[in-house]
Amino acid sequence: MSILVDRDTRLMVQGLGKTGRFHADRSIAYGTRVVAAVHPSRGGQVEVFEGEVDQTGVPDRGDRYRVEVPIFRTVEEAIAATAANASVVFVPPPGAADAIMEAAAASMPLIVAITEGVPVVDMVEAKRYLEGKPVRLIGPNCPGVITPRACRIGIMPGYIHQPGRIGVVSRSGTLTYEAVYQLTRLGLGQTTAVGIGGDPVNGTNFVDVLAMFNEDPATEGVIMIGEIGGTAEEDAASYVTENMKKPVAGFIAGTTAPPGRRMGHAGAIISGGKGTAAAKIDALLAAGITLAPTPTDMGAAMLEALG
Amino acid sequence: MKIHEYQAKELLGARGIPVPRGMVAMTPAEAEEAAGTLVAETGNQVVVLKSQIHAGGRGKGTFREHPDLRGVAVVKDGPTEAGELAERMLGSTLVTVQTGESGKEVNRLYVEAGMDIARELYLAVLLDRAVGRNIVMASTEGGVDIERVAAETPDKLLREEVDPAIGLATFQANAIGWALGLVGDTHLLFVRFLTRLTEIASELDTDLVEINPLVITGAGEVIALDAKMSFDDNALYRHPEVASMRDESEEDPAELEAKETGLSYIKLDGSIGCMVNGAGLAMSTMDIIKHFGGEPANFLDVGGGANAEQVATAIRIITADPNVKGIFVNIFGGIMRCDTIASGIIDGVNQVGLSVPMVVRLEGTNVEIGKRMLDESGLNLTTAVDMKDGAQKIVELAG
Repeated sequence: MSILVDRDTRLMVQGLGKTGRFHADRSIAYGTRVVAAVHPSRGGQVEVFEGEVDQTGVPDRGDRYRVEVPIFRTVEEAIAATAANASVVFVPPPGAADAIMEAAAASMPLIVAITEGVPVVDMVEAKRYLEGKPVRLIGPNCPGVITPRACRIGIMPGYIHQPGRIGVVSRSGTLTYEAVYQLTRLGLGQTTAVGIGGDPVNGTNFVDVLAMFNEDPATEGVIMIGEIGGTAEEDAASYVTENMKKPVAGFIAGTTAPPGRRMGHAGAIISGGKGTAAAKIDALLAAGITLAPTPTDMGAAMLEALG
Repeated sequence: MKIHEYQAKELLGARGIPVPRGMVAMTPAEAEEAAGTLVAETGNQVVVLKSQIHAGGRGKGTFREHPDLRGVAVVKDGPTEAGELAERMLGSTLVTVQTGESGKEVNRLYVEAGMDIARELYLAVLLDRAVGRNIVMASTEGGVDIERVAAETPDKLLREEVDPAIGLATFQANAIGWALGLVGDTHLLFVRFLTRLTEIASELDTDLVEINPLVITGAGEVIALDAKMSFDDNALYRHPEVASMRDESEEDPAELEAKETGLSYIKLDGSIGCMVNGAGLAMSTMDIIKHFGGEPANFLDVGGGANAEQVATAIRIITADPNVKGIFVNIFGGIMRCDTIASGIIDGVNQVGLSVPMVVRLEGTNVEIGKRMLDESGLNLTTAVDMKDGAQKIVELAG
């Protein structure tokens, strides 16, 4: 079992530039069913992907793949023709929010936005637009979502993953990879790994993902990786205290970050004395979350939390 | 991106927000002339000289060279006095609670007409991340540090959410005006002011617009006596007018150079330089150095990969800092293979040379090949098996 994505996920790609095409290809190599692409000026064309199968992905697919992905002008047409049920957005920042809203208007159940650099005002408007619609947005500015050996949506390296017992949720891409790789080496593996992104306004937060892992029978424990800025980690700590049935391990990045400076991610900033690592660490500890003192210890902290 | 007070007032004034009459001055002569013009225009003998730096607390800050002089000076004796004060302020170093001990050199003054102040209020529009919307914050405690108001008397802080589809509704603006004790025409002027301010915030993609103080004059007018604006860097592409207001003299030259090469770099005070891929990993690399007793010299995210050019630029920027005694390179290969990254590091180091110890931690595909390439490169660097090992090694080598 897993959350959000599995082998039945039918993926649509919005944005077929260099990065979008490269990662669509990596997802197909991993075994993800990419059924459609959307491009406003290339409707009616077909994009061909071929190469060597990624043997760390979906098993038993032979050595090589060749997939013809039809391109549509609009999301609505793509869904009607292919029954796509998830979308990945690689559209550059000026058009990213519009792409998200287009997918939402067509009731795309899962929208994963990878694009980094979307203006905050655009996301504020997109979030408002998504209210009340039957869709879930992950990101933007995130590595994506992966269920090992089943479905890869995004930009993460597939081979570090291994099917297993632990859910991973994180605001940071590379720290997700660190956690995942440690879990793989410890033999714990992952049910699903979810990058919620490093922007100040995003579609899905820790609490949403923790709730999904809480209900997923295959997930036995969760690693959550936070960082400075905002109060999403404190909200997650409250949720864990009140609702979480499974052990949680955590890590918070940015103990040494100076206030008032953006640490790479648009959302990683201590402003007005709010959003410090110390406050988040205190909240996590108070919620009984096992804290990893360094990123090297995230897997070990999970083992300890599992008891 | 931050801009100066006078630039913020220029943007706001052009968009219908009442601001005092004022002029920018780069020299004492310009300050004297501006003061003369303002006195003649307004009939008010009082003008104010305000230091323009990207830091708050200017009114209470003092100059290192002139401890008797504050960052904001009131001129009562006419243009000549304005010129004399400007002579002392320009080129001097202003130290405020926000600049740190090193202070900031003042290169521009804003010369502004004096105001007949009856009340000072606080008003701001900023993003509330928890709700994913802009909010209005207002308080009767104008002119003081709002963080202190929030901490000590949170009930004095008024708050309204701005619905992006509707904007701030009139009933919301009305409620804030009444809660601030405003009535009659002044209340009407305030509602117009606040509504316009929330519109400008989304029109110009601001992170923050802060009017502190917002003054009510003796005649009942509503005027922005101070204005602070900062902007969403991701949206600057659609605001060339704002982007052109960037004052590079306010920014660290190394940070500017890094930005131009696509690196995200922030200088800190420690002795161990860091070069990392990914923002979260870069932050926690600083943390782990501190954890093992070292002090990080910088935050540096090279992005998805690490090619020779980026590595060379990164090393040049890091080692230009005389405090740096060692460099920790921490790369999780991800999609990029470690042998590709290793050759980037080797080429980069060969381009610029290396005068301090370097520890490299690589993880990802072909990690063994990458490590062997580094070990056999003949360069003065040490490889590490993981992040912890790398942090311990660099703290020891640089210590």
